[in-house]
Amino acid sequence: MVAAKNTVWTRKDLVGIEDLSRDEIELILNTAPQFVAVSARESGIKKVPLLQGRLVVNWFHEPSTRTRTSFELAAKRLSADTLAITTSASSLVKGESLHDTLANIEAMHSDIIILRHSCAGAPQMLAERHPSHIINAGDGRHEHPTQALLDAFTMLEYVRELRGDPNATLDGIRVALIGDITHSRVARSNIWCLTKLGAKVVLCGPRTLLPPEAERMGVDVTTDLREAIHDANVIYALRIQLERQQSCLFPTLREYVRLFRIDSESLKVAPNDSLIMHPGPINRDIELAAEVADSPRSVVLKQVSNGISVRMAVMHLLVNSPKRPQTTEERAQ
Amino acid sequence: MSESGKLNPQAGSVPDEVMSAEDMADAILDLSKAVVAKNPDIQSVVLLGILKRGLPLAERMAAHVEKMTGTRPPVGSLATTLYRDDLRAGLGHVKADTGTTHFAFSIDDKTVVLVDDVLAAGRTIRAAMDEVMDYGRPARIQLACLIDRGGRELPIQPDYLGRKVSPTPDQHISVRMVETDGHDAVILEDKTK
Repeated sequence: MVAAKNTVWTRKDLVGIEDLSRDEIELILNTAPQFVAVSARESGIKKVPLLQGRLVVNWFHEPSTRTRTSFELAAKRLSADTLAITTSASSLVKGESLHDTLANIEAMHSDIIILRHSCAGAPQMLAERHPSHIINAGDGRHEHPTQALLDAFTMLEYVRELRGDPNATLDGIRVALIGDITHSRVARSNIWCLTKLGAKVVLCGPRTLLPPEAERMGVDVTTDLREAIHDANVIYALRIQLERQQSCLFPTLREYVRLFRIDSESLKVAPNDSLIMHPGPINRDIELAAEVADSPRSVVLKQVSNGISVRMAVMHLLVNSPKRPQTTEERAQ
Repeated sequence: MSESGKLNPQAGSVPDEVMSAEDMADAILDLSKAVVAKNPDIQSVVLLGILKRGLPLAERMAAHVEKMTGTRPPVGSLATTLYRDDLRAGLGHVKADTGTTHFAFSIDDKTVVLVDDVLAAGRTIRAAMDEVMDYGRPARIQLACLIDRGGRELPIQPDYLGRKVSPTPDQHISVRMVETDGHDAVILEDKTK
């Protein structure tokens, strides 16, 4: 990870992993450890003054517990002021456009906007026209970049501890993503992130839940769980979106559980030290058996803790990096 | 001009040694003696080394203090990067992790000795004091520096000082330590070379 040492962050926004370079991803991952230490302080104040007096707005158009709480805590641990806007209680229900709503928030001198929206591309659209720093907290089926970053950070911690090498990378690490890949922005961001970092990714799930463009993204695809996990260093179960069962993409939940659930039975073919991950919320005993989710090799709660540190790193880099690039419109003037 | 350059190709580029390894060893011993002399209650002293060279400096001082008093003061590290004032103003270069603040002891009611290799503007020490205060309430904070190169921008002075050096604006003070650089020396480098 030495290459990232000289990288400077120049982007105004974080809208996706797809356009980031490996150096930029590593810069974020290398900036995060100092924030782990802030949250882990046993005495005193679990805060640093890097965003003191800044306004961070959490703007969520879809339900979320983990991500919203995590962003809010990250902002608070950087000493920022935070504000939450939920769609049902905002003027969007009166027909105000996203642009107008954001322009009004910006008139109150906001600095960072954390946006979750059901439409893919909404963060990108706003980022191009508005001066605020936009962070994509999940847009439709498109991307969820901070989730992929915290996942990569968690894997990196595991690999470095396992090898006793603080500079170990994810090059050659084998990651199996299991479940509903097609509808998952977590999977999409993780595929971009992991392949850029040199990991070997295999996707596994029912054929109907595997994206046809997978091969183009540089990953392997299989419908056989054993094949996917037999040599995996990391086994990453995705949430089965139960609301999609109506669309008949797989026959029954029972069949899904029999073929794809990560449990002590299916794990028999996997290496003993492979890591178990899940982005949450878990459907217990559907994609991930309770006994595995709660086992020592599962790092699902570690992912949550790391999420705060990685999001602190992202906000710090966006706001405090030396030159603030202009929006397309500002440049045109 | 080019003739003289040829005769002595090293002319002007030979680094000017301010302190040899022996000078540094003497200075670190003197700093440690001064800490012991000023703090009769040595049990309450903790050393926090400012990364990166303040940490090995603090560890060497702790070893001296132990030889003199039988008590080894606990040593920790301070990164200070998260408290720098130039970062918040967007003026600084936001760097990836250069080390992490770490100490596994309470600083409440202790005498915290901040240890750094070079004191200049004093802004790092200001950041270090803010960081220390976020961890607890020390009884007092003192400052030990190997080199004071002047150019203060804040009202901060060392309690313990190795040597005062006055470099010209073209010169850069470089402290090298076995633990971080492979050898001990303090060098005046010409920035223009």
